[in-house]
Amino acid sequence: MENHFPIRRIMDENGTIINSEYKEKVTEKLVKELYRHMVRIRTFDRKAISLQRQGRIGTYAPYEGQEASQVGTAAALGENDWMFPTYRDHGAAMTFGHSLRNILLFWNGRNEGCVPPDGKKIFPPGIPIATQIPHAAGAAFAERKKGTANAAIAYFGDGATSEGDFHEGLNFASVFKAPVVFFNQNNQYAISVPIEKQMNTKTIAQKALAYDIPGVRIDGNDIFMVYFETLKALERARKGEGPTLIEAVTWRYGAHTTADDPSKYRDQSESNSRRQETDPVLRLERWMKNEGIFDEKWQQAAEEEAAAEIDKAVAEMEDFPPADPAVIFDHVFAEPTWQIKQQKEEYLKLIGGGR
Amino acid sequence: MKTAVGAKTMTLVQAITDALDTMLNEKEEVLLLGEDIGRNGGVFRATDGLQAKYGDGRVIDTPLSEAGFVGAGIGMAVNGFLPVIEIQFLGFIYPAYEQIMTHASRLRMRTMGHFTVPMVIRAPYGAGVRAPEIHCDSTEAIFTHMPGIKVVCPSTPYDAKGLLIASIEDPDPVLFLEPMRCYRSAREEVPEGKYTVEIGKGKKLMDGDDVTVITWGAMVPEAMKAAKQMKENNVHCDVIDLRTLFPLDKDMIAESVQKTGRTVIVHEAHATGGVGNDVLAIINDTSFLYQKAPVERVTGFDAPVPYFGFEDHYLPTPARIKQAIEKVMKF
Repeated sequence: MENHFPIRRIMDENGTIINSEYKEKVTEKLVKELYRHMVRIRTFDRKAISLQRQGRIGTYAPYEGQEASQVGTAAALGENDWMFPTYRDHGAAMTFGHSLRNILLFWNGRNEGCVPPDGKKIFPPGIPIATQIPHAAGAAFAERKKGTANAAIAYFGDGATSEGDFHEGLNFASVFKAPVVFFNQNNQYAISVPIEKQMNTKTIAQKALAYDIPGVRIDGNDIFMVYFETLKALERARKGEGPTLIEAVTWRYGAHTTADDPSKYRDQSESNSRRQETDPVLRLERWMKNEGIFDEKWQQAAEEEAAAEIDKAVAEMEDFPPADPAVIFDHVFAEPTWQIKQQKEEYLKLIGGGR
Repeated sequence: MKTAVGAKTMTLVQAITDALDTMLNEKEEVLLLGEDIGRNGGVFRATDGLQAKYGDGRVIDTPLSEAGFVGAGIGMAVNGFLPVIEIQFLGFIYPAYEQIMTHASRLRMRTMGHFTVPMVIRAPYGAGVRAPEIHCDSTEAIFTHMPGIKVVCPSTPYDAKGLLIASIEDPDPVLFLEPMRCYRSAREEVPEGKYTVEIGKGKKLMDGDDVTVITWGAMVPEAMKAAKQMKENNVHCDVIDLRTLFPLDKDMIAESVQKTGRTVIVHEAHATGGVGNDVLAIINDTSFLYQKAPVERVTGFDAPVPYFGFEDHYLPTPARIKQAIEKVMKF
């Protein structure tokens, strides 16, 4: 099956475009935009880990190493498309326009963080594995019923493809030709379990065969491949041709979350060698250098701009008003039931009517 | 709330069809999703004729995939539709439990009202119709325990239609339980057109000053039989059909048990963790000092619902209910 589903790429590790049909499509403007986003989300990720270490946010799920997959997909989406991320896809969410402050609030235990900016159809992060996949199928089916050209994208990892909801979601979407892109980031570990213990199949893309939908296996660290393949899948969806499964093969350098230690279950020296060889940011940098458009001052400015934006978001997160206990009670139902009214009243009275 | 003109005599399952028909006609956002609900009209014919009338774009046969189509229903509800999902039997809802527990019931809370799930999940439930194994569960309590979803359970055609319309119009998810045993056991006049019965309100079926009998769903007729027999012995029961299991009608329960001071709770679900215990908690919280006897519960046993060859032994009967009424009277 690996032969049927080869890992496709547009750009190799050296930053050379090996598929000439894309040469014209890769413009300097596009590259710089993608690069800036990758730098931005990488800076965010490192900052968030540091905030967690300092006790300034809660447990955090890092994505460093997966930037091309997250930025490439998010950049391909249309303004009115739907995004169904997991807890490791806030890089994609912020690229699609989610508020950095709110993403930090989410990681700091606040419901306010799940609220996307107005008009942004970004679901809160899926926590139980694969459960967001049927939501994406349903939201996409709804767009089809409304007769729009909008689509949805669902993110999930390799382990998610073992869950029933993955199969039920793909089956549902394939039966109803829902305009949805199922975007798998195969980072090859589900917390500690490597992919060969997760599934008997050699690829995830081949699972598309069971639903008679296109399945493509791509290099998830090649941002050109991710971007153009996502665009293609979205276009297919918008034309009413149904869902696509994309397997983006990638690697997370760090831990599953800040609560675990990856050196317990894998040799972290592989992460170090991957940083040198297959890193998505470095690879795009190499392309720019090859093209002679890489400018260190521009790069430095991009990094500084990202750092400043993130520092501002951190300050906003930390200046955010403390948790208002009323929030616990006020959003269970549109109209609170008597139980909730009574519990709220008694609790607020106990703590003196406020915080 | 009534805007109806005219009435028709119908069974509970026909009243369900009538409610769905009324709402499909009234709101184009209403969609039905479920297994065999299209051409077949559902295993109980609750959606009979609706696909022919509204098309397969609105009355949608889904793959056999409870988690999948409940999950997809959440996505559709968030994206502007009002899905009414049929689960063939409550005993088959468990694959979707995760979708209901972790998403449908808490999306409003997670997003502070930004995303909401105005979705109804209909499920026939209960024993007593000689159905196969697992088709007879009465596990409402695992849903009433779940914050963020309402649980409704009518026992009559009139209430079934009015409560189903109210459930479809409710801005939050509702689990709508249909007692299979009552589907075709009785007929009553049901108004034509649209009307609602308020969620969260019980109904007094019989007035009496001696004992409060609190029940719902398929146990309503059984409790009424027992209460009528007790009346012949000059024991007068206040019989309440709760109709909604979350939120419970606290005021109606309190008012009645303060009047009688003696209570029998009847449900076919298992005793441990059953909704009856929440009724007991309401009695404790509101009416402790009015009680003249410990509250009795007549329930299914704490055993899995047995094969139908044994179900008559499992289900509460008028005899067991009468025994409990006599016990609280003698205390």
